[in-house]
Amino acid sequence: MVQALEQIGLQLEELAGSQGLDYYPIHFEEVSQNFMTEIAVYGLPVRMPHWSFGVRYIYQLVQHRMGHSRLFEVVFPGNPGCAYLARGNSIPENTLVIAHVLGHADFSKHNILFKRSQEEIGYRIVELAANHAQRISAAIDEHGQGRVEQVLDAALALEAHVDTFKGVHRELYPTHSAETRRSDDAFARRYRELPGEDNGLTEAVKPKRKMPIPPIPEHDLLWFIANYAPEMDGWERDIFLAVREESFYFYPVFACQIMNEGWACYWHARLLREADFLSQGDYIDAIKTHSDVVRPHAADSQVALAPNPYHLGFCIWEKIIEEQGIESAFEIRCNDDDFSFIRNYLTRELADELNLFEYTVRRDGSVEVIETDIDGLRDMILASKYNFGAPVVSVRQVDPDGTLHLAHDYASDGRGLDLRRTERVLEYVHRVWRRDVRLETTDLRGAKRTLRVPA
Amino acid sequence: MNRPSTFTCFEDDHRQWYDLFSRGARDWLRHNEKISKAVRDKLPELIADAEVLGAGDTTVKVPVRFMEHFRFRLRPSDEQSGVGQGEVKPGDKLGKPAPSDQAGGKGAGGSGEGGYELLLEFKIDDIVDWLWEELKLPNLQPKPGSAVDDELTREGWNRRGARSRLDRRRSMKEAIKRRLVDVNGPAFVNDDLRYRQLTRKPQPATKAVVFFAMDVSSSMRDRDRQLAKTFFFWVIQGLRRQYRHIEPVFVAHTVKAWEFDEREFFEVRGSGGTVASSAFEKVDQIISERYDPSRYNVYLFYASDGENFRDDHDAANDSLGRIARVANYLGYVETPASADRALQTETARIFNAVQEGGAAASSFALIDNDSVWDAIRAFFTEQAKETVS
Repeated sequence: MVQALEQIGLQLEELAGSQGLDYYPIHFEEVSQNFMTEIAVYGLPVRMPHWSFGVRYIYQLVQHRMGHSRLFEVVFPGNPGCAYLARGNSIPENTLVIAHVLGHADFSKHNILFKRSQEEIGYRIVELAANHAQRISAAIDEHGQGRVEQVLDAALALEAHVDTFKGVHRELYPTHSAETRRSDDAFARRYRELPGEDNGLTEAVKPKRKMPIPPIPEHDLLWFIANYAPEMDGWERDIFLAVREESFYFYPVFACQIMNEGWACYWHARLLREADFLSQGDYIDAIKTHSDVVRPHAADSQVALAPNPYHLGFCIWEKIIEEQGIESAFEIRCNDDDFSFIRNYLTRELADELNLFEYTVRRDGSVEVIETDIDGLRDMILASKYNFGAPVVSVRQVDPDGTLHLAHDYASDGRGLDLRRTERVLEYVHRVWRRDVRLETTDLRGAKRTLRVPA
Repeated sequence: MNRPSTFTCFEDDHRQWYDLFSRGARDWLRHNEKISKAVRDKLPELIADAEVLGAGDTTVKVPVRFMEHFRFRLRPSDEQSGVGQGEVKPGDKLGKPAPSDQAGGKGAGGSGEGGYELLLEFKIDDIVDWLWEELKLPNLQPKPGSAVDDELTREGWNRRGARSRLDRRRSMKEAIKRRLVDVNGPAFVNDDLRYRQLTRKPQPATKAVVFFAMDVSSSMRDRDRQLAKTFFFWVIQGLRRQYRHIEPVFVAHTVKAWEFDEREFFEVRGSGGTVASSAFEKVDQIISERYDPSRYNVYLFYASDGENFRDDHDAANDSLGRIARVANYLGYVETPASADRALQTETARIFNAVQEGGAAASSFALIDNDSVWDAIRAFFTEQAKETVS
């Protein structure tokens, strides 16, 4: 198999290069189906142990056995990139998969979100995560499974609560505000003379002032807890930061899923079409696999209640290239994420072509199709992706006694939190913060409500 | 120009090694471990609900839901909505939405979990261990007292005995002692030899016979039997810790009494009235025929709804009194028709009388599953106290 793959790979790569795809070299590895299942469950080939992955693993196994899903490949961006191919893929399937992986590799080398996260975490996510896993295993040996699990329960529950804009490596907050000297040029003097300004109350030099922590609401909960928890051990902070680094890796994967899959599908289709070295039979088998994967979730006459991101992304890219040419497509793959991609390029006409519709579910469980409005449609496709798919929660204040005040931003979702789950998350957090934890939110009736742990 | 990629293949032996240490399986086992612990914290329910007492079964099966790893989530909205794909027009009604596995996503964590149930198997011995810890009971010692077993034990040495019981170390010491005095004496003489001696020593008996007697007349409902069965089951599990050897005997009665084996006992159904003395007579008879009270610890548990023929009062009192004189313990389990009249019945009075006469006896009312737990706890605690005092 390996020789056959090498042969196909070489030819496909030559073709890809000539078509303008540009990527870091990829290391392909054929692995067992079980390994593939685990990669899908853990998100990474080697990742820290946690019981919640076990639950997902069993679901995946059950679904796999019931024929719900088959995994062909998983690819990890980096330099070199790592791609895993499922043992049992046929040659035509693998031809398609290699072409698909080349598309992903090109995307992750150029897309701005990927570039930034790759620069920060160092182009070696697979090794990095394996390293984390090893450190955590060592922590289990040293501190016991129970204690490590307690930390992971909290850290993984807050996995989505990072601030990717502020970056992986951040300075601690300044403890004091900077000393500001009143500027004394002509303009400043004239300005001060304006009515209502100054009145001679401010001194010439504004002294250093102690700053509150956090100075402004902090959305990177993992970072904040790791750095400002009053009583955490070093190894516990280390685990929090390890989970956080992996979250920074996951963010672009999550935020560009439709674009990225669509791009890879566009390219595997295009490369196969132009691959004159494929035999007629192999080409037909490969294209059959393509149409099994890249199609609406439901077959022709049926209706699906969720669009297939592969198919959706693929169709948008085809439209872009048809209307604006390949060069602007290359540009879009650099600068967009799913939010701008859907907003800018999922047009009314395309939505109609794809038969996309909006629906609501009535109380009795029946589904009713409603009038489609393109803005509403786009919003609904993106609804599950805002803020890394999690409600917006920030740190507001830490009291002198160490009480941690969190707040949920009700305005960002208008729906409010699932209180039972929220309370359980606060319990996780309390076990590592080790002081009181409070969260302010808004309940069903729009009234303020504070959850406290311990109650 | 892109640098070319490389290809490798997971070697076969490599893969076997890998499957053996599957991380998914490892984390799954850890999940199960945690869930077992969680189940253990709900011991009372476990004990009352467990489908127990299959002959010789050493495990019980308990259905549990998967654990959820919680995250901040939005409240489920009243009006769910979404985007679908297909040829429809506004106003069309579609079928119910199937749970989609597209919801959620990588980094955001799996959603849509739930729905699958897991059947956990617990060893009964483990459950009893937990029970012991939960009730903070001391480890029970075999009971000293009425029942006694003779046991041969080693005690002292003798100059004569069987070859097999020759104590070589001891004999050597004797020889050395002798040669200290008689420096030129022979290495060994017959007088140096020491043999281990055996004596009979009375030991507290570690054998017990447990009588389970039950009223199977028509007034006992299925629910009553089920409660009694659950109680009996845990009683015998508890006593197993105390005695090396336990023989259960099952006696069912209406106006007459019969001995049954375990399986039949819980299925047998009689008709007619209730004469408790018939069961007590039967038990008394079995004791005198098969279980010498000087060698066996005797326990009697009697389950009934409390109704007994008025005319039977004296006879029942009398026969139960006879058992009480040889038994370690009498337990009465009542499954009353209504909770407020529990333990106010004719049969309860008979047991009360015996208890006031100085016998170790207790009465328990089983109204629902919770009271089974209470009864078991009361019984074990009582037993433990008695052993310690």
